[in-house]
Amino acid sequence: MTLAATLKIKRAGFTLDVELTAAPGEVVALLGPNGAGKTTSLRALAGLLPLDDGQIVLDGVRLDRLAPEQRRIGVVFQDYLLFPHLSALDNVAFGPRCRGAPRAEARQQAQGWLARVGLAEHVRKKPRQLSGGQAQRVALARALAAEPRMLLLDEPLAALDARTRLDTRAQLRGHLTAFPGATILVTHDPLDALMLADRLVIIEDGRVVQTGDAATITAQPRTDYVARLVGLNLYRGQASGFGVRLPDGFELVTATQQTGEVFVAFPPSAVALYPARPDGSPRNTWPATVSTVSRHGDALRVELTGPVPVAADVTPAAAVHLGLEPGRELWATVKATEVRAYRA
Amino acid sequence: MVCLILGVPLAWVLARAEFPGRRLVRALVTVPLVLPPVVGGVALLLVFGRRGLLGGWLDQTFGVSLPFTTAGVVVAEAFVAMPFLVIAVEGALRGADARYEEAAATLGATRWTAFRRVTLPLIAPGVAAGAVLCWARALGEFGATITFAGNFPGRTQTMPLAVYLALEQDVDAAIVLSLVLLAVSVGILAALRDKWVAA
Repeated sequence: MTLAATLKIKRAGFTLDVELTAAPGEVVALLGPNGAGKTTSLRALAGLLPLDDGQIVLDGVRLDRLAPEQRRIGVVFQDYLLFPHLSALDNVAFGPRCRGAPRAEARQQAQGWLARVGLAEHVRKKPRQLSGGQAQRVALARALAAEPRMLLLDEPLAALDARTRLDTRAQLRGHLTAFPGATILVTHDPLDALMLADRLVIIEDGRVVQTGDAATITAQPRTDYVARLVGLNLYRGQASGFGVRLPDGFELVTATQQTGEVFVAFPPSAVALYPARPDGSPRNTWPATVSTVSRHGDALRVELTGPVPVAADVTPAAAVHLGLEPGRELWATVKATEVRAYRA
Repeated sequence: MVCLILGVPLAWVLARAEFPGRRLVRALVTVPLVLPPVVGGVALLLVFGRRGLLGGWLDQTFGVSLPFTTAGVVVAEAFVAMPFLVIAVEGALRGADARYEEAAATLGATRWTAFRRVTLPLIAPGVAAGAVLCWARALGEFGATITFAGNFPGRTQTMPLAVYLALEQDVDAAIVLSLVLLAVSVGILAALRDKWVAA
């Protein structure tokens, strides 16, 4: 059940042009900032938005001219859209009923699906009596019960609180692994994407900017958005040997030799801050000015301006020692061995 | 009944579909609201009368003539009362989330199934309210009926027409008829209100 899709949709002030592929059993995450076109892509795949150009091929069959009800693509919507007038059981039985199953048989199937998502004792409840996590699982069971050839999930965990999210994410992972068809998952939460997906497709401004598995993307981001997502400082420049010249003339020294257009990345924890110019080893040293300081886990994330904008992580103790506050002038250093360069 | 069968789909079209001339259709549907019923009756006569726009054709092709028949009464009352239903149902449809229909479609429901099993139950209170209003209007309808369908006892005489006639000949009978009408109306409205508004 291989998916190969080219989605082109034009709206006033927005153009979506995305290519997507997914193998049977694969979970692909569409990750991107708000308004990037993730949900639009999903709606186009499901047939709820017409394509202006392009095609959708699933298993060698063109789907883009079919109505949504003929595509057999299951969707879990962001706010679930459980039918409020039907019980959990009848919500899940809706798909089998539409496929022509008699009522009793559809209900029996629905019962099975609800048991599989751990809601066997909630079958009689109406959607408004379910908690967020339960509603999410009913929505998943409802989509799966229709025996879709492909599954689409729109921000499946966004509406849940932190605690429920953790449990639900683990369960969802299990159900997605068991699903034989391809799954496309839309999210703006990198953690969801990394935990649930086999492959990530990053969308910005209606275009795919990077695809790859989690390890590649976290190690070698290609846009500012991805770099921020995975928490790296990212620059693009011209490499010759160990040096990389950035567009504004600043030069960073790396540990590996490269030539041509490259990306340079290093984590904020690799940046050391000093009140005065340090002596000796680090090759990358520059004066910088603190612009903002914020909490980041156990550390403090310091945004600095200077010849290159950079984010640095420091311990609270070091922050006190440095007297960190917006406008403070410091020296920033990064060891060449911490700086990774890779082809642009 | 006629109003329900014609009116609900019409409201769906008005609420969901985008097509040129939708404003015009909506205006036409609601015209009977502002038109004096007698004028509505005259308009119906002009269209369906034996020498009217459609009436002549209907008469020749099917041998059907609507004016001054029981069917004529139904047409006249539906014409006057349907706007109440259409407006109520259209409002309910606009209030209902169209995305439930999309969710149903992804589960394999055709448009008709989605409408029948998802949208209709969601807007049931609106449909019920519209139907009651519509029925109440039809019950009291006088002007369009007497103009278009006349007043033949047993064929086209409705209760209000009977009351009007009785008033000129036998005041007591008129009062009895009026009381019966009043009792039936109040009874049915009370029962329906309890059933639908409470739910």
